[in-house]
Amino acid sequence: MYQLKFDQKVCASCRSADCLLKCQYMTFSGHKEAHGEMMKIMKGKDSRVLSECMTCYACEEYCTRGNHPFYLISEKREEKGMFTAPRPITNQWINMTVMQGKCLVGNVKDKALSCCYIPDLGPLGSGEIFKDVADAGVFGAEFMCPAVHTHFARMSVIKERLPIVIDNYRKLGVKEVICLHDECYGTLTSIASAYGMEVPFQPVYYLDYVLQRMKELKDKIKPLNITVAYQRSCSNRLIPDKHALVKKIFTLIGVKAPKRTYQDENALCCAEILRSISGYKLADDVQKRNIDDMLAAGAEYCVFNCPACQTSLAEKVSKRGLKPLHIIDLCKMAIGEKEREAAS
Amino acid sequence: MSDILQSLIDIVGERSVSNAPEELWFYSRDPGVLAPHKPDYVVAPKTTEEVQKIVQLANREKVPVVPMGNGMSLAGLVIPLKGGIVLDMKRMNKILEVNAMARYVVVEGGTSQGALKSYLQKNHPTLRHSIPDAPATTTIAANVSLHGQGRLTNQYGFNSDMVTGLEVVLPTGEICLIGSPSIGPYWISKGPTLPDLSGLFLGWLGCTGIITKVGLKLYPNKKIRDAELFVTDRVDLIPHILYKLTHLEMLEDINVWFQPKPLMFLGNYHITIFFTGDTEEEIEFKRKMVWDCLQEYMDSKDGGFMSMQYMKPMLLEMPGRNIADFADVPKGGGFEYSGPIAPIEHFPQYAAKVVELAAKYNVLYASTARLISGGHSMMYSISFAFNRNDKAMMERVEQALTEATAFALDMGGIPWKPNFKEQQMTLAKMEPNARKLLLMIKKNLDPQGIMNPGNWEVNS
Repeated sequence: MYQLKFDQKVCASCRSADCLLKCQYMTFSGHKEAHGEMMKIMKGKDSRVLSECMTCYACEEYCTRGNHPFYLISEKREEKGMFTAPRPITNQWINMTVMQGKCLVGNVKDKALSCCYIPDLGPLGSGEIFKDVADAGVFGAEFMCPAVHTHFARMSVIKERLPIVIDNYRKLGVKEVICLHDECYGTLTSIASAYGMEVPFQPVYYLDYVLQRMKELKDKIKPLNITVAYQRSCSNRLIPDKHALVKKIFTLIGVKAPKRTYQDENALCCAEILRSISGYKLADDVQKRNIDDMLAAGAEYCVFNCPACQTSLAEKVSKRGLKPLHIIDLCKMAIGEKEREAAS
Repeated sequence: MSDILQSLIDIVGERSVSNAPEELWFYSRDPGVLAPHKPDYVVAPKTTEEVQKIVQLANREKVPVVPMGNGMSLAGLVIPLKGGIVLDMKRMNKILEVNAMARYVVVEGGTSQGALKSYLQKNHPTLRHSIPDAPATTTIAANVSLHGQGRLTNQYGFNSDMVTGLEVVLPTGEICLIGSPSIGPYWISKGPTLPDLSGLFLGWLGCTGIITKVGLKLYPNKKIRDAELFVTDRVDLIPHILYKLTHLEMLEDINVWFQPKPLMFLGNYHITIFFTGDTEEEIEFKRKMVWDCLQEYMDSKDGGFMSMQYMKPMLLEMPGRNIADFADVPKGGGFEYSGPIAPIEHFPQYAAKVVELAAKYNVLYASTARLISGGHSMMYSISFAFNRNDKAMMERVEQALTEATAFALDMGGIPWKPNFKEQQMTLAKMEPNARKLLLMIKKNLDPQGIMNPGNWEVNS
């Protein structure tokens, strides 16, 4: 079984304890307390963090020393038999994502376009931007990154299934897998690396791919001249170095994203997982603060990176007058493939 | 041509009578597991007077008469067990009156659920009726005749409790008004404050007369409907959860269901909680009340609310079409259920029985319970899907359903729309004087024994 590569010395010598001090859902009196809690977790002792962590993934970004505090918290929770979300919800996710041989595989050669296990991703990976890879889509539990189970502190499921997913890609003989979901790219890079799993192909982050394609399609771009608020996803915290791509794409297609209170490191998550774990009060509060902030920034559109975030927030932002749109659709709009009115 | 056929033609016209084999084939069966039996004639009357004449003819000729809505009970309740005339009521489909202020409608005996829903949406958008989860072509009269349930059953009781008056053609041919319409023009009460004669017809499955008009209560149709889906893996908690939910006194409908396929549903019990509101504020208030009342189960990790955006459109459908999908899981498109009415405290035992029967008879199960009258009871559906082209599977399903009914009776439950065999099991269990009273009513109302014979037959 794969083991998490967590360097206790790195954590013990940490002078910032940012992983916990920057947390948006827990408060600590200072470095001493936060660092002390991490030490307890590391040593397998009880810590309030194990009960209070909302699984927003952000500590993976806050730890700049690459020591994977969130994976450690999840490991320790599972070791202690703890459930983050209600047990039936946890098991439902495990059952729902069992591989049953019902996957869909397109015309895959050197490259595969990963649609994870999210039906919405198929239509997104189409059109001029994806014309070279649109027919190379793969979809299904067999190609699903199992990172969602970190929300439920079931790292054992990830350790069991991720090698199979990687192997399924290997069997396709691909050299590159373009991941349409942050979580897939984060899993194939951050999680696989943290557990010492070899990935025998090159994972490609879809926004890298989109940015390159948009540069190639520069002549077709008509600046959108719109103001947006960007909804950062939890799994983007696993790959913080990729966050800058959003701004590059916005600049290329003439989209303004005014400064917000909740952006970048301080972004608020879509809160759907908070609803499952904690109930509606925290989730409603986070979503309200988030949308208030989007409106205060003067946004007309709420731009998503993750279909799950979009599902969670689309109706709510619509009711407040914002148009919900995936960033791929935003790019399609810039090259005239999608009508502005089509945002829904 | 026989005298009866000619007489029927004289009553309703040639186009509305048939004894052609291909038509009798359809009228000899329903979608459940019971064996078909052919009628001798099918007739589709247009008016109460035509019904009356047909019944008078049947009396003269001593021919059975089986009134039929859409024939979708699944329990073979309108399979003409002893032949005779099937009276297809679907041409009597007029919506006769809506009293919006008194919130009732009067419809003819063959009016479908879908027609009424559509009519109200168009003409009285603030009013609705209790729509059962059956195909839209099923009829209102048939539904109340078998004590059906619908979307408003948790709030207001069985759909038959919502009847506000009846017009009935008695087995001897008299046309009889029941309830307030027997006194004056208003269809506001099926019984009270008079002696409640509606009980002579409701639940009798057409054995005591033919319902040609129904008055039905209508209810406020709020602008927004919404739902939440709570899941738990602890069956023992279900009655307590239902008790808490019904204590809120604000929910449109509550269904509890579990099934082994698809895998995401395996191992959990699902409670779909429907609520309505005229404003977002009202909806959010109710949603919060629902979440608050079940928070303790979230805190203990025993239960939680499912993210259900993808499922919501399907769950909010009226009627729900997903039940029909279940029928085709084993391919071959068949399903039938035993639906005992039982106290909610017995949910864990019923749930265990469904799984036990499915394993014993090697059939696929699904189970949905609907709360009745705020939790006074529930309809517990023990459902099995089957392939119509697999006789052995159909026999196993029939055996499983019979055993389910025996179990329900042992548990003190009451079978809902029992087939003729289950009716006999029920009668055998019934207190003798109650059984005697049924016999007295039947003999007096239907001295020739022509009405839907084979059903609710008490052997003297």
